[in-house]
Amino acid sequence: MKNTPSVEQHLEIYRRMLLVRHLEEGLGTLHKEGRTRGPIHRCDGQEAVGVAATAVLEAGDKVATTHRGHAVYIGKGMAVHPVVAEIFGRATGACGGRAGHMLVADAEKGVIGGNAIVGAGIPAATGMALSMQILGTGNVAMCIFGDGAAQTGICHEAMNMAGLWKLPVVFVLEHNQFGLTVPSEVQSPVEDLSIRAAGYAMPAEIVDGNDAVAVYRAVSAMVERARRGEGPGMVECKTYRIEGFSTSDMGGYQKPEDIAAWKERDPLLVSRKALLGDVGEAKLAEIEAAAKAEVAEAFETALSDPMPEFSLDEACNPYSEAH
Amino acid sequence: MAMMRYAEALNAALREEMQADPSVFVFGEDIGRYGGVFKVTKGLMEEFGETRVRDTPISEQALTAMAVTAAMTGTRPVLEIMYADFVPLTLDALVNQASIYNYIWNGQVKMPFVLRTQGGGGAGAGAQHSKSLDSMLAHIPGIKVVAPSTPADAKGMLKAAIRDDQPVVFLEHKLLYNTRGEVPEGDVTVPLGKAATLREGSDISIFATSKMVVEALKAADLLAADGVSAEIVDLRSLRPLDVNAIVASIAKTHHAVVVNEGWRFCGYAAELSATIMDHAFDELDAPVARVTLPDMPIPYSEPLETAMLPSAEKIRTAALKTLK
Ligand SMILES: Cc1ncc(C[n+]2csc(CCOP(=O)(O)OP(=O)(O)O)c2C)c(N)n1
Ligand SMILES: [Mg+2]
Repeated sequence: MKNTPSVEQHLEIYRRMLLVRHLEEGLGTLHKEGRTRGPIHRCDGQEAVGVAATAVLEAGDKVATTHRGHAVYIGKGMAVHPVVAEIFGRATGACGGRAGHMLVADAEKGVIGGNAIVGAGIPAATGMALSMQILGTGNVAMCIFGDGAAQTGICHEAMNMAGLWKLPVVFVLEHNQFGLTVPSEVQSPVEDLSIRAAGYAMPAEIVDGNDAVAVYRAVSAMVERARRGEGPGMVECKTYRIEGFSTSDMGGYQKPEDIAAWKERDPLLVSRKALLGDVGEAKLAEIEAAAKAEVAEAFETALSDPMPEFSLDEACNPYSEAH
Repeated sequence: MAMMRYAEALNAALREEMQADPSVFVFGEDIGRYGGVFKVTKGLMEEFGETRVRDTPISEQALTAMAVTAAMTGTRPVLEIMYADFVPLTLDALVNQASIYNYIWNGQVKMPFVLRTQGGGGAGAGAQHSKSLDSMLAHIPGIKVVAPSTPADAKGMLKAAIRDDQPVVFLEHKLLYNTRGEVPEGDVTVPLGKAATLREGSDISIFATSKMVVEALKAADLLAADGVSAEIVDLRSLRPLDVNAIVASIAKTHHAVVVNEGWRFCGYAAELSATIMDHAFDELDAPVARVTLPDMPIPYSEPLETAMLPSAEKIRTAALKTLK
């Protein structure tokens, strides 16, 4: 089928999803030991969205993501170590420990960046696309946003301009069924949020967000269109947050039977099953072991990396004129 | 030198910067076909086309957020927000986006964007179209805030703002657009963060920006008739602030009046007073006097509005009281 990832591409998506899952589980363990700082928003069960959507992008393309961006960071090509080191506030982190897990950026990789103001990533990606159109770079901007973010006012403003000016931006809706704790049916009168795309003259497609191949296919069709100058598109990925809102989530609002049902459709299982026939058990086992080791090593190194030192007088500190 | 209106000087700055650098673009409400409600962007769409000069929908929140990321990705956006009163709609993009990235991303991105807007009272525009929210803007670390008072500075500082790699909020005043002045010809920039002494004096220093500089100059004439020699310092830039110029002037006069068209409580005049305390307390012979808007909405009716706005007469009264 058109836009289907090759086996190699799917294998790489699978590998990156594994890195993300080990990252999330490692964070969960350290959180229980009291060794993490601040809330951490894990994306267990949603890896296919962030990883497969960004797998479509080229090096010069840019992505704006949410407070739950680990899959996007790894999907767009960041190594695990600088992400883990950033989460642990180390000098070696992607942003020297200044950003924390919600706001990670790697400008060289086109990750600019995480955003913890719900909805802010939508105009962010749209502005990048505006810049790309003006400069004629041929690049595409991607916005990953949640079902909660879809309800903000700024979402309407940004998507209207994206459609109006045919900007090269693709909106990937990570519909994980909840805002912070409030279920989507309590946030919106419509179940399929992408029906709104019609109001911005944007094509939209709804896909199983736990199937990396389906996400890749739909997103790559939209990215190709955007790159050709035909304007924005939207892909609504139906998925589920199996580990709750964040490490400070006290639970009680997700139905155990829903969690169990979605766990059976874990994106890692879906991809593994699809790949098994093509590459065989031995190859998968090898990739799985390597991913696990890579993340373990990233944690080990990051946790013994040095902490940054505070200074008011630095080259990139425009804030120090008045003390 | 050429005689120009303030609005024409701004227009010349935009045109020259767009000619010199293809990454500069301007966008905002009614700025293209119509040329802007204050005509600052007149003729730009004809010259540069609809890609670089865009009429936008009424979407201040998203427009400002888009300017931030457009600036991060290789362009130099100049966004016009029609009235300073609409700045509250832009605040997330300024407070939570533009101002943080240079620092929290460890210098990975540049942020060369300019938000132009105009504020101020005196035109009968009512409580939602007359405010000066400069204090609110200058409060945000990482954002430069400038407010020139003359056509020459308007042109030179707008050119400098467009070339600056940090976000700059460029504050204009609706009652300055038609004021005229000599503007140097050619590619002349005026650095951001440098004050200008517009009138030398020996008895008292008056610090102001934007339209309040015009009032301060009138006050200096009134004070001269009272036998008082007032020095008028046009700060030009609210942030970064030229503290040295303030200290140097007070070292001469030992008295200070600070003028701001915004609200008094937690306002820019309070910041100036505290800055003077920090840096020139020993030079002062009297407390710093503040001339500001009272803390209330701006009324419509002419006598009501006139009564509340800071004016030359109020500056004079404050100066005389300080000198007593
Ligand atoms: C403007 C704003 N309002 C509220 C919050 C608090 N908050 C953080 S995440 C969140 C829910 C977001 O839901 P969604 O966009 O679906 O993302 P998800 O957490 O499900 O990935 C809320 C309300 C915030 N960070 N920003
Ligand atoms: Mg959600």
